[in-house]
Amino acid sequence: MGELGRLYKNGECIVELGEAGDCMFVVQSGTVEVVRQQGGQTICLAKLAEGEFFGEMALFEKEVRSATVRARGDVRVLTVDKKNLLRRINEDPSLAFRMVQKMSKRIRDLNAELVRMKLGQ
Amino acid sequence: MFRIAGWPYRRARTSDWAASARGALELDSGSRVGVIGGGPAGSFFSYFLLEMAERMGIELKVDIYESRDFGSPGPANCNHCGGIVSESLVQMLATEGILLPTEVVQRGIDSYVLHMDVGDVRIETPLHEKRIAAVHRGSGPRGVTAVKWHSFDKFLLDLAVKSGARHLRERVRSVSWSEGRPRISTKAGEPKSYDLMVAAMGVNSGGLKLLDELGIECEPPKTTTTHISEFFLKPEVVERYLGSAMHVFLLHIPNLEFAALIPKGSHVTLVMLGREINKELIQSFLDSPEVNRCLPQECRGEHRVCSCSPRINIRGAVRPFADRVVFVGDCGMTRLYKDGIGAAYRTAKAAATAAIFDGVSAEAFRRHYWPTCRAIGADNRIGKLIFAATQTMMKLRPARRGVLRMVSGEQCKPPERRRMSTVLWDVFTGSAPYKEVLLRTMRPGFVPHLLWDMALATRPTAKADA
Repeated sequence: MGELGRLYKNGECIVELGEAGDCMFVVQSGTVEVVRQQGGQTICLAKLAEGEFFGEMALFEKEVRSATVRARGDVRVLTVDKKNLLRRINEDPSLAFRMVQKMSKRIRDLNAELVRMKLGQ
Repeated sequence: MFRIAGWPYRRARTSDWAASARGALELDSGSRVGVIGGGPAGSFFSYFLLEMAERMGIELKVDIYESRDFGSPGPANCNHCGGIVSESLVQMLATEGILLPTEVVQRGIDSYVLHMDVGDVRIETPLHEKRIAAVHRGSGPRGVTAVKWHSFDKFLLDLAVKSGARHLRERVRSVSWSEGRPRISTKAGEPKSYDLMVAAMGVNSGGLKLLDELGIECEPPKTTTTHISEFFLKPEVVERYLGSAMHVFLLHIPNLEFAALIPKGSHVTLVMLGREINKELIQSFLDSPEVNRCLPQECRGEHRVCSCSPRINIRGAVRPFADRVVFVGDCGMTRLYKDGIGAAYRTAKAAATAAIFDGVSAEAFRRHYWPTCRAIGADNRIGKLIFAATQTMMKLRPARRGVLRMVSGEQCKPPERRRMSTVLWDVFTGSAPYKEVLLRTMRPGFVPHLLWDMALATRPTAKADA
């Protein structure tokens, strides 16, 4: 009763690779997984828990969604509208600070992953 | 009189001490900040000030003066408000990393039902999401014995305390100047001087009068009386009659701008806004067939456990700042009739940003805080126009029938083509600026579409059908 956002059941697709997007999402409860299909295999790129966001690239680029995001168990997800968010960021740029912080951390994690892969080769 | 763009700014008068200390009008490590009021404005200010200070490597000491802790039910721990966290604020808080816990959100709202004398219509959110939070500002109205849900104000106050603020459960007795700095005195503790004093006491406490002693040239906000009632019902009864929808009433009752029934956990909150809401007006509204259709008499009567007539800000303060002093939230500037908590968030964060990055002088607040207040004030003037136009339309039965027909017809269309529905949604929920709502009504086709629906709705056959 006191929950916000929309409920997704286990395995349900929230964002699909290749589709156009004009919003980002914040996980209210539960866990989602970010996956990509490659050569018939499903590769899990990340697991995101409560408070984490995804789909933010669509706010800054005009590209299609770069991965599929689906629910792991019951998940509640809140949509953040692009227009609403960009209007507020225009008024208060510090609103984007947390997003930049998270994206910065993701780049750091990717760099570490790249190093591991290169060492593996 | 409220002045906006181009208004003849006069630097706020401060004491001689403050003027002489002008060179040090900025916050640095060890600076002390006193916040009077621990409602959303005071808590948001403290939280964002401390967050930004941490990013900048500044260690601040923040004291929040709030005699209540919002932890127990009843009027003494309530901030007298309808308790709606708007769609846009829910999204912004989520972006800030502040998720409203399920024990604070009494009910997620996913739609609203518009009630008029000519009929009712339900408008769903385009994404079928619960995007509006119905909350209690305290821990529940009078009569609540077991606290099932937590207070929204307590949640925010706790957030500020976790960030490093100190909650002083003391009532402020007086404020004055001491060596160029504002000083806060309470009955219990020693007077304390601060590098910045933040007024966040709303418009329903006597706290604003205390600030007269500072001699600041701030014109206080203009207010009007509203009405709020709480009906205690079983959760299944709330679910049966109201569901997860906010019920909005557009009725032709003089002086009533807007009324809504908001479903919560085991309560229904009635909010009435307009010009000087009195007992006769409240009774006239409750006796209307539209209200009886929505929430029958047997669910009201003795179920009404709490009611109040708080004042709300309908015109913001002029010059809500001075050297080392700033007013945030209701006692400074808020949105007309809607999204008061959202306005508290915006003004509090703007003031905190100005204090950290630009200093605590009147000039810094004028340059970096006042534009946020001014933008809200300008938008409110458009809001007044929209509410006046809505009132005029509600007096005309053909117009009411036309609006109902247009909204009903839009429900099977894709979201981007639901023009009247989105206009009404944003007016009633306060989710978008009034300017944006007005611009949407000026899009090609909006007025002709409405006129066409008015014509069709008033045909003799249509009347017979109705």
